Amino acid sequence: MSSSIKSRNSNQNWPENYRAQSKKAVDPRVLGFYQAGCPSPDTPIREVQLLALDFETTGLEAEQHSIVSIGLVPFTLDGIQLGKAWHQVVRPKLPLHQTSITIHGITHTDIDQAPDLEDVLDPLFRYLTGRIPVVHYRNIERPFLSVALQWRLKEELRFPVIDTMAIEAHLHPDRRPSRWQQLIGKQPTSIRLADSRKRYNLPHYAGHNALIDAIATAELLQAQILHHFSPDTPIGDIWV
Amino acid sequence: MQAELLDIRNHIAQYPPFDDLPEELLERIVAGIEVVYCRAGTPILELGQDNHWLHYIRSGAVEIFRRSGELYNRVGEGEVFGQFGLMMNKKVRFPAKAIEDCLIYKIPDEVFQYLWEQDESFADFVEIEDRSRLRSAVSRREKSNELMTAKVTRLISREPISAPTTVRLQEAARIMTDNGVSALLLMDETGDKPKLTGIITDRDLRTRAVTHALASETPISEIMTEGLITISARSFIFEAMLTMLHNNVHHLPVVEGDEVRGVVALSDIVKYESQSSLFLVSNIYQQKHVKGLKKVSLDVRDSFVRMVNEDANSHMVGSAMAGIGRSFSQKLLELGEEELGPPPVPYCFMALGSMARDEQLVVTDQDNAMILDDSFIPEEHDDYFLALAKFVSDGLAECGYSYCTGDIMATNPKWRQPLKVWKQYFTQWIDSPNAETLLNSNIFFDLDGIHGQTELAEQLKTLISEKASNSQRFLTLLARNALNRTPPLGFFRTFVLEEDGKHQKTFNLKRRGTAPLSDLIRVHALACGARSQNSFERLRDIAKTKLLMEDDASNLRDALEFISIVRIRHQALAIEEGREPDNNVRPKDLSPFERSHLKDAFQVVSNAQKFLRFRYNAGGGRNV
Repeated sequence: MSSSIKSRNSNQNWPENYRAQSKKAVDPRVLGFYQAGCPSPDTPIREVQLLALDFETTGLEAEQHSIVSIGLVPFTLDGIQLGKAWHQVVRPKLPLHQTSITIHGITHTDIDQAPDLEDVLDPLFRYLTGRIPVVHYRNIERPFLSVALQWRLKEELRFPVIDTMAIEAHLHPDRRPSRWQQLIGKQPTSIRLADSRKRYNLPHYAGHNALIDAIATAELLQAQILHHFSPDTPIGDIWV
Repeated sequence: MQAELLDIRNHIAQYPPFDDLPEELLERIVAGIEVVYCRAGTPILELGQDNHWLHYIRSGAVEIFRRSGELYNRVGEGEVFGQFGLMMNKKVRFPAKAIEDCLIYKIPDEVFQYLWEQDESFADFVEIEDRSRLRSAVSRREKSNELMTAKVTRLISREPISAPTTVRLQEAARIMTDNGVSALLLMDETGDKPKLTGIITDRDLRTRAVTHALASETPISEIMTEGLITISARSFIFEAMLTMLHNNVHHLPVVEGDEVRGVVALSDIVKYESQSSLFLVSNIYQQKHVKGLKKVSLDVRDSFVRMVNEDANSHMVGSAMAGIGRSFSQKLLELGEEELGPPPVPYCFMALGSMARDEQLVVTDQDNAMILDDSFIPEEHDDYFLALAKFVSDGLAECGYSYCTGDIMATNPKWRQPLKVWKQYFTQWIDSPNAETLLNSNIFFDLDGIHGQTELAEQLKTLISEKASNSQRFLTLLARNALNRTPPLGFFRTFVLEEDGKHQKTFNLKRRGTAPLSDLIRVHALACGARSQNSFERLRDIAKTKLLMEDDASNLRDALEFISIVRIRHQALAIEEGREPDNNVRPKDLSPFERSHLKDAFQVVSNAQKFLRFRYNAGGGRNV
């Protein structure tokens, strides 16, 4: 079943890409990231160092909007280490839009006192290096990070991610009911983070911030692997 | 700790032993946590494995086992496991398995050791508290009770000893002596196959033969007990015990089809349960004065607590307590008859309510009545029966069964009447019912003859079972009354609390739990003409009809058992702590598992009430 969690990135030779990039990178942090290497696609998921990652942003377009906060936690299938969790508010380039304030619970005061993303790249890279990021919906974290680094370091950062939402989409291919099914009252299957978690009896987290969402994503991946895959599933089958 | 982890800190801070910890210790715990997801059915800790974590259940449920593989405990959200190994040699002593999908917060050993050394209440919890907490846990199997798990056939050690009903007294006595048995089965051998028809016991030989100096040539059929009470070979030992308690017999033939497998004696069972409630019962029968009975009654609560600690189920506890109550009444009637002389006309003494249902607990008042033979003439005979009723009622009050506040006692002339009047009462209640009078007469629909001419009570049961099922209006009003008391569940599955006499926020497990349940079970039982009185037996009878789906009946059975057993444990705990037992429970006295299961059980009651309203067209209850 795992064969269809694919994107145009899936057929990339990631370990080779990392090697190639490490010859081009200039910034020591980016260089270190590529030099740490990427596990081969046939590595069992249980042996892979993972990093659950969640950004809160001012909007959905990486080219137009900015990152407001970063939450991340390193983990493996054996455990999510809360002691190593990291949360950082950063100052967006663009003024904070009123609606996103209510979503993230981050205020203008928080933002005004926050550093620029560039100032927190050292810790961010310490977490990223040697780990495969895990996100819920791949079109936020990777593109936003890519744009931000292009802008600040003139460097390109490319890496595979595991997308727990793509896994849910794959598990529920018929989640949108047909017209006929809608008529007889069939509800669409939601693959949003909170709704997906319910299917695995994972608890509801009241708070919403980048860190708790990153933890929630890590827990969801553990549950998905145990229910639908196996700890021996090759990482190459599920990264995108 | 990151402020964004507040959600996790807040969850832990709700549950003991973490609820009293200072903020810095909570933060230290959260910072140490590793989160792991476990799928239902998979092992979490395996025996002898190295373990360096205290496991905290964020969601889901886990079963803990002894090294023998026996179930030891079941824990749920907010509870911990794995601590025993951490206090010993870091090896798993109690294996654990997820029974639901679980999210586990693993707290590292360094943090555990630090808390254990630094925080006294935490240390108490993991060292001592655990044992007493376990006792009130839902599925406690620490000491598996053989009475409940072993079949009665295990007690049979030899072939049954029998003789034809035609033998003479002396011959019967010789057979018993030769074989060293205390009971002899008597077979009718006139047919193709010998048929069990009677029994004679050592005690019968003493009380019936020797004291009356019967001739040794007397046919045994003249003094044997007929209408035998037997038990199926498939029954459990505790069922044999209940049968003995209920009928006050000391020997039970065990039968399989038409065949007699053997005889089980009281002394066989006593070996299984050293502190038996059967002991207490036989002790009651040995007393010669009310004073002696009063002394024995002081042991009733101990016997109750022991049964609870030996993991008896609610049916067992309820029947044992009812059996004890019945024995007090029977002994008092015997003493009364000794003092006042033999009754001028035959009569039957009836138990009503919980005693008749075999669902009695320790806090109970007396509900009884007398059916007199129709030859009763008030002017000539009533002085006697009033005196007898008063003797029994006062005696029961001495023994801890307080007077009935509703005056439902045989001392009330209204409830001391000949059979024909009782028949009129029931005919009127059923044929021309009225909600108000039905509310007060509810209790009479749980009745059991316990002394004297018990067939008088059987006649009333027959009348009820024939009439009730045909009176739609009676069932409608009875159902409406059964809806008056609702389970204490709010809209969002929260407990609805009331203030008790001590100004504590509680809910009443009897008024809001077991009573509405037995009320609604009674309605269905009467509707299908069942003669049974006990709620579990009524459910079994109801399930045989199409009145309830099999699943609904078994849900009701589980709900009744669960609410009853929580109520029973609550009372046992109060007695052990020297408090007066009651029915008012504070949610915080319950384990998270009990809380969640109680909510499920109350939900079952609530659904069953909805069905009752619909089935009997009962409209809205008054919802007290």
